[in-house]
Amino acid sequence: MAIIELRQLAKSFRVYQKSEGLLASVRGLFRRRYREIQAVGGIDLDVEQGEFVAFLGPNGAGKTTTLKLLSGVIYPTGGTAQVMGFVPWRRDNAYRRRFALVIGQKNQLWWDLPAQESFRLHQQIYRIAPDAFQQRLDELTSLLDVGRLLKQPVRELSLGERMRMELIAALLHSPEVLFLDEPTIGLDVVAQRNIQQFLKYYQQQRRITILLTSHYMKDVAALCQRVVIIVQGAIRYDGSLSGILDRFSGHKVVTLQLADDGDANGFARFGQVLEVQPPRVKLRIARKDVTEVLAAILAQHAIEDVAVEDPPLEEVIAKVFSEASLLPARGAAPGPDGPAEQV
Amino acid sequence: MRARVVTWWTILRIALEERLVYRGDFALGTLMRFLPIVTQIFLWWAVFESVGAGNRSGGTVAGYRFEEMVAYYLLTMVSRAFSSMPGLASGVAAQIRTGEIKKYLIQPVDMLGFLLLNRLAHKLAYYSVALLPFALVFYLCRGYFVSGWPDAATLAAYVLCLLLSFLLGFFLEVSIGLIGFWFLEVSSLLFVYMLFNFFLSGHMFPLDMLPAPWKGIVDVLPLKYLAYFPASVFLGKVDRAELIRNLWIEAGWVLFFVVLARVTFHRGVKRYSGFGG
Repeated sequence: MAIIELRQLAKSFRVYQKSEGLLASVRGLFRRRYREIQAVGGIDLDVEQGEFVAFLGPNGAGKTTTLKLLSGVIYPTGGTAQVMGFVPWRRDNAYRRRFALVIGQKNQLWWDLPAQESFRLHQQIYRIAPDAFQQRLDELTSLLDVGRLLKQPVRELSLGERMRMELIAALLHSPEVLFLDEPTIGLDVVAQRNIQQFLKYYQQQRRITILLTSHYMKDVAALCQRVVIIVQGAIRYDGSLSGILDRFSGHKVVTLQLADDGDANGFARFGQVLEVQPPRVKLRIARKDVTEVLAAILAQHAIEDVAVEDPPLEEVIAKVFSEASLLPARGAAPGPDGPAEQV
Repeated sequence: MRARVVTWWTILRIALEERLVYRGDFALGTLMRFLPIVTQIFLWWAVFESVGAGNRSGGTVAGYRFEEMVAYYLLTMVSRAFSSMPGLASGVAAQIRTGEIKKYLIQPVDMLGFLLLNRLAHKLAYYSVALLPFALVFYLCRGYFVSGWPDAATLAAYVLCLLLSFLLGFFLEVSIGLIGFWFLEVSSLLFVYMLFNFFLSGHMFPLDMLPAPWKGIVDVLPLKYLAYFPASVFLGKVDRAELIRNLWIEAGWVLFFVVLARVTFHRGVKRYSGFGG
């Protein structure tokens, strides 16, 4: 049985609709118009123990709502979910001792006290045995390199340091399932990479199950074997990261370094010319034609160097987001052109 | 059970540590609490003078001699040191509004219990700072306590009243704060509550001064236990039968608000839609 199992899980919110202006505000005092917003529209998802899954989607797609449902913070309006056999929104203590939720830029530590005090409190709340607590704390502080910061008030830590403390607080009770909501938001490149490396190592060591939402493709590429794209509350893709390119991008980007810098023109017949910077030419060529076209180019031009690359992932994903949002929302959807690829 | 006690103790200890971080603000806030009472005493002094019942004359206003009135005010300050909960209701509502409340839903900890311990720590820290100035003021004003110390049984009942008023004040304000699940902003509601509290708890004047219908009304409301009742117990104005009856009623109110807070929390969380990201 999957460790996380969603069946037709749905959540809609009622949102107050106010027209512009003071008069409308006054009218709003007496009669309010509400609009039903379908944040999560009946999704099906299975996650196996030990998977590291990324949720991708534009803002407001339903990623965070899904994580909140799975953490038991909010109740669904339809469908079911089970995590490790528990129904999250019943909030059994037995369940709450076995998972953790980390929200980037949201603070769970005591602001005015050193992180150490918050950890001590977690030890009690989660009933962690003293020697297990000490051992995990030592391990986590050395992995995240924050040993010297334990005695410093949390408000005096940098954002990156605080995020590392948040992670420690979330992992002290050794959760089997971890939900990460944009854990690297607002961090600089180095801090982002530190967190990525830590998560990668920790997940591989412990084989815990992690669901991550992030807008940084680097996080996703570094960490997740499986990517679930959610747009408008429905799953549009479920598969590997490279599968996204196969499915949604039919092109390769070919960069040619010409031997003679004279003739950079006349490449339009091979494909769409993206950029001409003699002696370099960049072409967009349909994936299935690449070998053929390349052979033709090599036969007709003196080429010094060739690079064949996938288009940038961000670009492809942006395309998926915007195209998907034009489609009518569906339930647990296979991708736009065929069944979802399972890993 | 033992693990639970250790958890409570840890929460209390950490909350206490947090309280002691801002020492300056804390000490100043404690001292400033004495200011309003001075103006009230001057006000009553003027009232007593104007009706010719001034300081040494031994005359009374509504059954209170001037000395008793001053003693009453000093004692309501003690009551309120137990029952007032600065920032509690608004804090709960703010936690709902900003989404900070999620912490209590995710972690295996009971939010109301956590807040209670937090408030207890808040109070303990306050008493530790306020004890000296309180003792000093009471010592200087000892002449106003014309009937001296109450007997041991009354004193014990007084302490019990104060402890119950702490619980009553806590659960009453938490219940108001939890309304934040339905109305995100509770500050106006809180203002109305504070206004009623000010007049009907006995903070403004002794409640037995009120004429007939009003006296009956404040008697059935829970607010009088927050200031008036403990003070009048100390002053020996409540006879034994009345005292016991009132203690039961007070305990009943505490229970009522414990249940109300629990039910409100439960319903509110069901309604909660996880605002604030």
